[in-house]
Amino acid sequence: MEINEKEFLAPGHRACAGCGATIGVRLALKVLGENTVAVSATGCLEVVTTPYPETAWRIPWLHVAFENAAAAASGVEAAFKTLGKDANVVVFGGDGGTVDIGLQALSGAMERGHNIIYICYDNEAYMNTGIQRSGATPYGASTTTSPAGKQSFGENKPKKNMPMIMAAHGIPYVATASIAYPEDFMKKVKKASEIDGPAYIHLHQPCTTGWGYKPSKTIEMGRLAVETGSWILYEIENGEFRVTYRPIQRKPVKVYLEAQKRFRHLKDEEKERIQSIVDSNCAELKV
Amino acid sequence: MVLKVISANEAVAEAVKLAKPNVIPVYPITPQTTISEHLAKFVADGDIDAEYIKVESEHSAISASVGASSAGVRVFTATSSQGLALMHEILFVAAGLRTPIVLADANRALSAPLSIWNDQQDSIAQRDAGWLQVYVENGQEALDSILLGYKVSENSDVLLPSMVCLDGFILTHTVDPVDVPSQGDVDKFLPPYKPVNFLDPENPASIGSFTDPEYYMEARYAMQEAMEKSKKVIAEANKEFAELFGREYGFVEKYKCEDADTILVAMGSICSTIKEVVDDLRETGEKVGLLRVRVFRPFPEEEIYDALKGASKVGVIDKNISFGVGGVLYNNIKAKMCDIDSYGFILGLGGRDITPSTIKEVVEKTKNPTKDVQWIGLKEEEL
Amino acid sequence: MVSIGAAVKEPGSTVKNKTGSWRTFKPILDKEKCIKCENCILFCPEGCINKEYDIDYDFCKGCGICAEECPVKAIKMERE
Repeated sequence: MEINEKEFLAPGHRACAGCGATIGVRLALKVLGENTVAVSATGCLEVVTTPYPETAWRIPWLHVAFENAAAAASGVEAAFKTLGKDANVVVFGGDGGTVDIGLQALSGAMERGHNIIYICYDNEAYMNTGIQRSGATPYGASTTTSPAGKQSFGENKPKKNMPMIMAAHGIPYVATASIAYPEDFMKKVKKASEIDGPAYIHLHQPCTTGWGYKPSKTIEMGRLAVETGSWILYEIENGEFRVTYRPIQRKPVKVYLEAQKRFRHLKDEEKERIQSIVDSNCAELKV
Repeated sequence: MVLKVISANEAVAEAVKLAKPNVIPVYPITPQTTISEHLAKFVADGDIDAEYIKVESEHSAISASVGASSAGVRVFTATSSQGLALMHEILFVAAGLRTPIVLADANRALSAPLSIWNDQQDSIAQRDAGWLQVYVENGQEALDSILLGYKVSENSDVLLPSMVCLDGFILTHTVDPVDVPSQGDVDKFLPPYKPVNFLDPENPASIGSFTDPEYYMEARYAMQEAMEKSKKVIAEANKEFAELFGREYGFVEKYKCEDADTILVAMGSICSTIKEVVDDLRETGEKVGLLRVRVFRPFPEEEIYDALKGASKVGVIDKNISFGVGGVLYNNIKAKMCDIDSYGFILGLGGRDITPSTIKEVVEKTKNPTKDVQWIGLKEEEL
Repeated sequence: MVSIGAAVKEPGSTVKNKTGSWRTFKPILDKEKCIKCENCILFCPEGCINKEYDIDYDFCKGCGICAEECPVKAIKMERE
């Protein structure tokens, strides 16, 4: 696909070296272009991109609070409709701002059918406040509020299945994506922008600081998640489910787990349990 | 102009229709619900050309309002009690982002225990959010205050949102004759909204930035200045409104205060009852007056002081309680005017009936004070 | 004076903040080896590699993703 050379997120932002979130935003905006308004939930992305009196955004951008990005975007979309302005309205919410505290506002916005694209950049914990677990934290991950210890192997609940919760809203487009598969992600953003009505993209986005790997490995970590079946790339277009990328041969999950500090405490039996969770997820989605 | 016999909630809806907002995100809650319903019907019938967003909570109602206002259009929302409390966080954001939203609050008690009846605790609890607050006495004033709210809030010297507070049930569900102005006159008074900050792909701004300690205080100070400047803007708007519509509003309303020895101070619909009592007492030779505080934020201390300075005793009535210190209106007056001999009275919480004899008791206790703050109308047998 | 609502009306103004100073390892791109696959351009968190494959060292934080993702190892990380 033709890729826009323009950068709509300026450098100089304060994201960590090797940040996956800013990669995701850059790629999405290359597809959406300048006729786009972005709305951010409070979180890493919002903080690192708009340190007053500077902003990294080269498109109009709004931040209201943590839990209400979808509601704020609803207002923007409705206002633009009355003004006859035809622009993309895209939301960037982290996993906490999406699957936890922002779930109600998001559910409302999706159900009402606003023509917005909601992109959840999922780094699987509250990274902005120092790596606390969220509903998107995977089974076995050690975070500062689900720490591994003598009585604990880390997070003891599986990751909330947010894309399927969104699909249950019956919206025209739901997809999962990964920053490690830019073409797949960008195609999905394109589809989301062309659909009339709400679209939801759940973007898996490794975090060097929170996951504990070298900054240079951000893409590799995203790729390992997909190649091991820990994260599955699919889309649901008008109710039609389709896997958009199938690893030729799934790698064992331990390759992914052992590359990250957040899983380093796991014993073999726990890794096996995670392997069986992944196997069953893959079987369900026929990967 | 058309005279209609309508509830204050319907009067609010009529005002909204005349103000022509582009976006109306609302969520129903007793006793605001009929505002949501009337507006939905106006939109359904094509009488209002607006996007009516059927949000899933008050939190999203105010969040969508901030989003729409930031996109550069006029916005209206309404709520009550628990709903306003749920909005709390975003009320501060709305003011901080300087979005001139107008919100009608049907004053209702806050839980717990749960109550759907009137007092003013809900809006009083939001007094520090950076919103202008007006407490109205009747349906006519509710209608007029919505129009005045847009006029003042959208002024570039102000750019703070407005909350129009009307007593739940007492006003929201009782009917009165209301003069509904013509669209032509309202259009003269309220020209289309011209936003200062807005989301525009042609001219990209970032709204809702993150400030460090180098900038935060100045942003907040600018809000304080805007609140101060709003006094002049309110006075001018009141004057223009009077010229166009023949109804004149002030920051306060002085009712037989000039020669009064004892003055009661209150806000909202209770003032109609107090006026009756003042008239009764005046007939018996008692020099009693009422000062109705209409604009609570910005706090009109000069106007209040000017009205109270000649009285020997002042009784301040609050339909709210700041536990540990008493009513908020009383405490504001006490703090700003320490030479006024004033006493606080808490009454009417959670819809407790207020009768002329309740008011007479307040007058008596103001004249013969025993303590700073007293609760009136408590049932001894339930204590 | 802080702008009304602390809005920022200078798009992309973080370019005033030269994050190149964060760097300890510097990516050196060998254009001879480069096959113009665009991986480094797409995966750069700063968006600081242009279509001529020039790296803007004013902003490069030295994360090394570009070197890691280069399929022909045309980028080497060198200590500053």
